[in-house]
Amino acid sequence: MRELLFATGEHLLIVALSMIVATLVGVGLGILSSWKKRLGTVIITIAEIVQTIPSLALLALLMIIFGLGNLTMGIALVLYALLPIIRNTQVALTELPPAIIDAARGMGMSRSQRLTQVEIPLAIPMIFGGIKVALVNSLSIAVMGVLIGSGGLGYIIYRGIQQRNMARILIGAIPVVVIALFFDWAMTKIEQRLSTHTT
Amino acid sequence: MIEFRNVTKRYGRTTILDDVSFTIERGQFVVLIGPSGCGKTTTLRTINRLIEPKAGTLFIDGEDVTHQNPVELRRKIGYVIQQIGLFPNMTVEQNISVVPKLLKHSRAECEAITRELLALVDMPYEENASKYPSELSGGQQQRIGVLRALAASPPIVLMDEPFGALDPVTRESLQEEVKRIQRKLKKTIVFVTHDMDEALRLADTIIFMDKGRILQMATPEEMLQNPADPLIKSFLGRHTDDEAIAAPKKAEAFMKRRVYTVHENAKTLESIERMRKREVNSLVVIDDDERFLGTVSIEAIKERGKAGHPIREYINGETLTVHRSDDAKEAFDKLLSSSENYVIVLNDDRTVAGIITRTSTAKAMGEALWGEMDA
Ligand SMILES: Nc1ncnc2c1ncn2[C@@H]1O[C@H](COP(=O)(O)OP(=O)(O)OP(=O)(O)O)[C@@H](O)[C@H]1O
Ligand SMILES: [Mg+2]
Repeated sequence: MRELLFATGEHLLIVALSMIVATLVGVGLGILSSWKKRLGTVIITIAEIVQTIPSLALLALLMIIFGLGNLTMGIALVLYALLPIIRNTQVALTELPPAIIDAARGMGMSRSQRLTQVEIPLAIPMIFGGIKVALVNSLSIAVMGVLIGSGGLGYIIYRGIQQRNMARILIGAIPVVVIALFFDWAMTKIEQRLSTHTT
Repeated sequence: MIEFRNVTKRYGRTTILDDVSFTIERGQFVVLIGPSGCGKTTTLRTINRLIEPKAGTLFIDGEDVTHQNPVELRRKIGYVIQQIGLFPNMTVEQNISVVPKLLKHSRAECEAITRELLALVDMPYEENASKYPSELSGGQQQRIGVLRALAASPPIVLMDEPFGALDPVTRESLQEEVKRIQRKLKKTIVFVTHDMDEALRLADTIIFMDKGRILQMATPEEMLQNPADPLIKSFLGRHTDDEAIAAPKKAEAFMKRRVYTVHENAKTLESIERMRKREVNSLVVIDDDERFLGTVSIEAIKERGKAGHPIREYINGETLTVHRSDDAKEAFDKLLSSSENYVIVLNDDRTVAGIITRTSTAKAMGEALWGEMDA
C-alpha cells in the first residue's frame, strides 16, 4: 500500500512538473505562432512530427542524450504535451472576433496590452482545453518511465508483468485510468466555467 | 479641429481615397455618408491611424499627427464600431475604464467616471456596473460602447455605423442620446452611416462621399435644398419628395432646431446681453440637465429684474409646449388661439427639441398650399 501511494505520488509529480514546463513553453510558442504566420507553421509542423514518433523510440533517443532517470522522462512528456497546447493557443488567438481586436486597437491598447488584457483572457478556455488533452495523455505516457529508470506507477505494472501477477498489474494500472478520468472530468468542468464570459 | 490635406489611400492599384481634403471644426457633429465601399470607414480609420494613408497629411488641432505615436493618439480619440466590440471578459465598469486605466487614472477616478457616464444614459450604476456584456441587450451594449469611447473625455469621437445593427426604436433613442451628449459635452463627432434619415437628424455638417471623393460637404439644409449631384438627390429620396409633404406631420417637422437657451442661474444682465446679441426678446430657461423650465422675456426682466439676480426669478411658466411627436396641427392651434409668439417643442425627457414660431407656422401653411418655399 505504501508502495502504491509512493508510486502514485511520484507519477503525479513527474507529470505535474512536465506540464508546468510544457504550458509555459507551449503557450509562448503558441503566441509566437499567432504573431508570425510562417514561423508558426514551422513550429507546429515540428511539434506534429515529434508527436508521431512512437514513445518507445523517443525515449530511447532521449536516453542516449540525457541518460537514465526522471529528467529524461520529463523531457519526453514535455515534448509530447507541446502540440495540443501550442495548437490550441495559436488557434484561439487567431480566431478571436476581429471587431474586438479592432476595438482594442482603436482605443489605444499596445500590442502587449491587447495580449494580456483581452486576447489571452479570451483564449484561456481553449488554451486550458489543450492543457487538459496534454495532461491526460501524459498520465498514461508516464507509465513508460519505468523503461528508462524513472519511477511512478509504471514500476508497479512492470513488476506485475515480471511476476506474471495479474493483481499487481491491475493495482498499477487502475490508478492510472482513474486519475486520468478524474482529471478529464474535473478539467472539463473548469473549462466550462472559464468560458462563461468569453463570448 | 480635424483637417485632411490631400489624403490618398490605395490598396494595390485601387484608389480608395482620392486626394481628399476637408476641415472639421471643433464641436461639430459631422456625418460621413455615401454608397457602400465609397471610403467612409477608410476615412474614419485614417483619423485614429488604424489606416495609414499613402499620401497627404492629417492635422488635429493644427498638429500634423502623421508622425505621432498612433497608440497615444488613439487614447485621445473615442472609437465606436457597429459590432460594438465590448470586451466580453470585462464587466461594464471594466469596459468603460479601459482607456482611463491606460492613462493611469486611479481606481477611484475610474469608478467616478463610470458612475457619471452611466447616469448620462439612465443606467443606474448599482444595477449595471458589474454586469458582463452578455447580460445586456443590444441597445444597452451599444450605450456602453458609446460611454466607453467617452470615458477619458476625448475631444473627438469616431463612430462607424454605431446604430446600424439596432432595431429602429432603440436606434432612435440612441441617436437622441448621442446628440444630447454631444451638445452637452461639446464633442467633435465624426459619424459614419448610410442612412440619410440618421444623417439629417444628427449632422451639423454632412460629407457625402462617392468612389473615394467628396461630392458635397454641406449642412443638412443646404444639402436638401441644393443637392450637388444626382446621386445625393437619390439618397435624399423621400426627403425631397413632394409626396412627403402631403403626409400628416409631426410638430418636430416644423420646428426650428436652433433655440437660444439660458441656464436658470444666469444673471439678469448677462441674459439681456445674450438676447441682444441673438436679436431675440426672450430665451428658453433650462436646468442642469437641460430640461425645460419656462421662458424669460426681456420685458419681464426690464420691469421687475434686479441686476445680479438669477433669471430663475423671472421665469414665465405659462409658455406653450408640445411634444415633438405631437401632431403639428395641435401646435398651430395652440399658437393661433393664444397671444404667444411661439410654442416650445420638447423631447421625451423634457429637454428642448426646438421651437415653432408664428413665422414657421405661416411658412408651413404656405408650403401646404404652394409647395416647397425658399426660406
Ligand atoms: N484591406 C483592404 N484591402 C483591399 N481593399 C480594401 C481593404 N479595406 C477596404 N478596401 C476597399 O476599400 C473600399 C472602401 O472601403 P470602406 O470600408 O472605406 O468603405 P465604406 O464606405 O465604409 O463602405 P460600407 O458602407 O460598406 O462600410 C472598398 O471598395 C473596399 O473593398
Ligand atoms: Mg464602412
